[in-house]
Amino acid sequence: MQPNTRCNVLRLSPGDNVGVVIRAVSPGELLIFDGGTATAIDSIPYGHKVAICPIKCGEKVLKYAAPIGSAVRDISVGEHVHVHNIKSDYLPTYLREGEARYHERA
Amino acid sequence: MLKGFLRADGRKGIRNYLVVAYLVECAHHVAAEIVRAFPNQGVHLIGFPGCFPSDYAERIMQRLCTHPNVGACLIVSLGCESFNRRNLEESVAASGRPVATLVIQELGGTRATVRAGQDWVRENLPALHAAERVPMTVSELVVGTICGGSDGTSGLTANPAAGRAFDLLVAEGATAIFEETGELIGCEYFMADRAVTPELGKLLIECVQKAARYYSTLGHGSFAPGNAEGGLSTIEEKSLGAYSKSGQSPIAGLIKPGDLPPTGGLYLLDVVPDGEVRFGFPNISDNAEIVELIACGCHLVLFTTGRGSVVGSAISPVIKICANPETYRRMPEDMDVNAGRILEGQATLDEVGREIYGLVIEAANGRMTCSEALGHQEFILTYKYFEPISPACLPLGAPPAYAR
Repeated sequence: MQPNTRCNVLRLSPGDNVGVVIRAVSPGELLIFDGGTATAIDSIPYGHKVAICPIKCGEKVLKYAAPIGSAVRDISVGEHVHVHNIKSDYLPTYLREGEARYHERA
Repeated sequence: MLKGFLRADGRKGIRNYLVVAYLVECAHHVAAEIVRAFPNQGVHLIGFPGCFPSDYAERIMQRLCTHPNVGACLIVSLGCESFNRRNLEESVAASGRPVATLVIQELGGTRATVRAGQDWVRENLPALHAAERVPMTVSELVVGTICGGSDGTSGLTANPAAGRAFDLLVAEGATAIFEETGELIGCEYFMADRAVTPELGKLLIECVQKAARYYSTLGHGSFAPGNAEGGLSTIEEKSLGAYSKSGQSPIAGLIKPGDLPPTGGLYLLDVVPDGEVRFGFPNISDNAEIVELIACGCHLVLFTTGRGSVVGSAISPVIKICANPETYRRMPEDMDVNAGRILEGQATLDEVGREIYGLVIEAANGRMTCSEALGHQEFILTYKYFEPISPACLPLGAPPAYAR
C-alpha cells in the first residue's frame, strides 16, 4: 500500500470502490490512483474520500478491503464520498449486521 | 541495551518519579502547591476528584502509586472523603516505596499541609535522583497505544506505522496493549481470528458488542465532529483505521483497567464499563484512556494523532506520532514522529515503524519525549465500574501475585 508520488488519490486495497484524496482537488481535476484515472466532480478536501467506481444506493462502501458503511444514494465516479451519501451499518443496527457478517465469513 | 530502576516486585521502571496523589478534589490545590515547588524535578501530580466511594478509582490509584516508573508517593487527603487512604498507604508501603499521608484537616489547613508536603518531597527526592539503574531488556517493557484527534490520514500512516512498531516490540517479547473497544466496532470478527484461543476470540467479540450497546444507549459512538471534518464518515471507518495500531501479532489476552498482563505479547484493554450505563461516557477525553493504560503497567504510550493533540501524561512518557503532514508542519514541536512523510512518498510504513521502535528504546533509556520536554503531565480519573475478568481472558497465564 505504499503510495506512488504521482498519485493524488490513495487506494488502500485493490478491491476498494473509494480512495483517499492526498491533495485537495477541485471539480474537473484529474484523479490519479493506483489502477486508473478519473475526473473529480466535487471539491474534495485533503484526507477525504472520492468514489473511484460507481456505487449504487445500498451498496457497501469498501476501504481497507472492508465495508465502512453503505451508500444512501447512487454515487458517481469522482464524487466526494462522506456523511451526505453514505451511512454506518453498525450504530444503531449494530448487532444484527455484525452477526450476519460473521456468519457469512464462517 | 536498556537500563531501568528495579522495584521490589521485580518490575523495572524507565523513570523514577515521586507522585503526589490527592484523594478528593478538595485536596487538589494543596497537592498542586506541593508539586509546584519542584518544577522539572520528576514530581508528578495525580488524583481522584470524587468524594463518594469507587472501587475502580481506588484500584487505579493503587496501581499508579506502585507503578514501576514511580519511586515514592505522597498521599494528600482532606480527611472526610470516602477514599480508603489507609489501604492505599499500606499497599504502597508493602511495595517497598517511601510513602506518607498528609491529612489537611488534621495538619491545620492549607499552609501547614503544603509546608509539610514540600518538606517530605525535599527529604525523599535526593534518593530518587541518585538511584542506580540496572540492566533491563526490551522484553520487560510494557507499551500502550492510543489515538486521539483522528482524521482521514490517521488510518493511512500513523496507526499502521504504530502497528509495525508493536510487531517489532512483541517479536522481542515485550508487552503491547491496545484499547478503546468503542473504536473497534466493525473489527471484532477480524480481531477474534487473531486470538490465541477460540474462547478468547469469543470474549473479544463480546467485549466489542458491549461497547456498541453502551454507546448506543448514550446516543452516539466515539465519533467527534473533528473526525468527520477530517474525512472520516462512519464509526466502522474510524475503527478500521484505529485497529491498524494493533499490528499483526496474535492477541494473547483481554484485560480491564488495572489488570497487569501476565506475559509478553499483544493484549486488548477493555475500557468500556460493565453493567448498565451509569457514569456517562466511558472515557471523557484521551487522558482518561492513557491513565488506564498506565494503570495496566505501561512504561510508555504511543499516541497517534491526525488533527494534532498536544497532551502528555503524568507517570509515563507519551510518544506523539503525527499522521498528517500538514498538521506536522503546523505543530512540529509537539510531535516526536512525522508519519505524514508516508503520504508524501518520503518514507515507507516499515521505515516509520522502525523509527517509532527506535524512539521507544531511546525514551526508555531516558531521552525526553516532546510532551515531556514541554512539561505536559495531564491526568484525569473518573468514576467507572468493572467486573473482574474471567480466567479465559488470560489463556497464557494468571497475573503475578502482586497484581491480584
